[in-house]
Amino acid sequence: MNIHEYQTKELLRSYGVPVPDGRVAHNLDYAATVAEELGGERWVVKAQIHAGGRGKGGGVKVASSLDEVRLITDQLIGCHLVTPQTGAEGRLVQRVLVEQACDINKEYYLGLVIDRGSQRVTVIASASGGMDIEEVARTTPEKVVRESVDPAVGLMEFQCRKIAARIGLKGKQISEASKLMRALYRCFRDQDALMAEINPLAEVNGGSLMALDAKMSFDVNALYRLPAITELRDFDEEDPKEVEATGHGLNYIALDGNVGCIVNGAGLAMATMDAISFHKGKPANFLDVGGGASPEKVGNAFRIVLQDPNVKIILVNIFAGINRCDWIAEGLIKAMQAQKIGVPIVVRLAGTNVEKGAEMLAASGLDFIMADNLDDAATKVMATLAEQGS
Amino acid sequence: MSVFVHKESRVIIQGFTGQHATFHAEESMANGTNVVGGVTPGKGGQTHLDRPVFDTVSQAVEETGADVSGIFVPPPFAADAIMEALEAGIGVIVVIADGIPVQDMVRVKRYARDRSAIIIGPNTPGIITPGGCKVGIMPSHIYTSGRIGVVSRSGTLNYEAVQQMTALDMGQSTSVGIGGDPVNGTDFVTVLRAFEEDPETDAVIMIGEIGGPQEVEAARWARENMSKPVVGFVAGVSAPPGRRMGHAGAIIAGESDTANAKMDLMEELGVHVVRNPALIGETAHRVFS
Repeated sequence: MNIHEYQTKELLRSYGVPVPDGRVAHNLDYAATVAEELGGERWVVKAQIHAGGRGKGGGVKVASSLDEVRLITDQLIGCHLVTPQTGAEGRLVQRVLVEQACDINKEYYLGLVIDRGSQRVTVIASASGGMDIEEVARTTPEKVVRESVDPAVGLMEFQCRKIAARIGLKGKQISEASKLMRALYRCFRDQDALMAEINPLAEVNGGSLMALDAKMSFDVNALYRLPAITELRDFDEEDPKEVEATGHGLNYIALDGNVGCIVNGAGLAMATMDAISFHKGKPANFLDVGGGASPEKVGNAFRIVLQDPNVKIILVNIFAGINRCDWIAEGLIKAMQAQKIGVPIVVRLAGTNVEKGAEMLAASGLDFIMADNLDDAATKVMATLAEQGS
Repeated sequence: MSVFVHKESRVIIQGFTGQHATFHAEESMANGTNVVGGVTPGKGGQTHLDRPVFDTVSQAVEETGADVSGIFVPPPFAADAIMEALEAGIGVIVVIADGIPVQDMVRVKRYARDRSAIIIGPNTPGIITPGGCKVGIMPSHIYTSGRIGVVSRSGTLNYEAVQQMTALDMGQSTSVGIGGDPVNGTDFVTVLRAFEEDPETDAVIMIGEIGGPQEVEAARWARENMSKPVVGFVAGVSAPPGRRMGHAGAIIAGESDTANAKMDLMEELGVHVVRNPALIGETAHRVFS
């Protein structure tokens, strides 16, 4: 789960990570008030959306007067900001963060991730701040410093000093960076983060370090013990179909093809998409109905998949373990009877109670295209699409 | 011998009296698994499914000599349950729960470091040695006893591969689901090593997915250390980068992390790679015969 930059900065501030003075504003008058109260002569106005690459998309601007703060805020709020990460339709800006501008001497990168290689929290740092860290890692891997954290003792000061020295920090900056890294780690650990990124970590006028931009994402499986983080969730930043699916216990991700997929299990769902792709088809979505797929759940799955106007055919692929094919069949029949499904449906059932499920579908008199196995299912999907001429 | 669990394994179930645990324990027992008891804190001294219930894992181990535990407790309590099993000296710990916080697993792995136990999962259907021992939630009837080892991250994709094998009369020595989480108890290398050492396994099917380096690491290990052939598949060729595909671990993090990039590397390292998931069984049949 992601949160906004202003929320991340408030959270980090509470742990003792230095961030610029600033506040969030939902309209131009309040933006100007914030700027006035912050004081100074220059301010940064930053569009608050979850996607990255805001600078490149024109979502981060510097103002030299209060009028300019108003003007920029007016341009940003209500616009659909397009960045390299939003897609062509962009993302609606509903608020901006107004901060005091500062002069930057040098930019560094600092991040924390759960590294799958070491299976531990790992600090990643680099002297090349402000850039995409993956790009830095690819072109100049020697410039990326990594240090993994032993969870029994946490991130130790000596490790922080080592990282700081290796990215070229000097003098009192080393102890300053240590304090900052340990504060960031405490926040990461206490709040069950999966990723934290300060980019850039800037050396500002006078030589002190400050987190000019910050991103964090959190483990949804830990939200039950993170009431404060749970409140920061912004559903406006998420695909409404995906939010609705989550509410029904379904895992849905929209894609750009025309074959709707309803599958149980994440791995089989991916493999079903792959089998379609292997036959030169294009999946319209990833959808995992999970274990214990009740008839209601199957009905909801159909409704969500059909909300996508690109869907020309639906493939249902169920390998019942905890699930039962007869329950799935009941759900399919009810869904067909309850809503107008104007596209052909290919069904492949396997596993627990498969014969009973197939009999129910056959006896229903409804028009299902039955497939014997995964390959047969993908082949029938493509043949039916070809007949339709789409 | 099969790997990790077999006919002689003495199995306890943690969270024994819960609804799911009860259902799957009964199913396992009906298929020949030697379930010797279970643990539900506060219900020690009772009997459930004709087996003794204990308050703690160490009591269960002392009384029954259990060496395998199936953990069926909900995700928020799973890390504690795994550590309890580790502390009590259980050798094989199978964690079914889907949704354990990742940092809980980071701590579990640290706790497990100096112990020799095998942790299977979390977010796994479990492990089965057909006809000998099943600890998990998979449909037993699709598995048949044989000489091919199966190891996978996904549960239902494991069933898919097994059914394709069964259709071609290939049975399994043991089938291990290592789970779909980014931090998990046992990696592919550990399972491949066990299959390599197992005289009852002739060949291995390894089914991975997008996210993380472990499939390629396993292929590299196999090239150096394995005499038995490996057929491999990686799910998620059609997955877009940066989106988590259901499993907490299934997300493409960089260019080298895509399914195709992984399969290309695995192929270079000598794994017999299947590109179409519908042909896992057929490919295995061709390669292994």
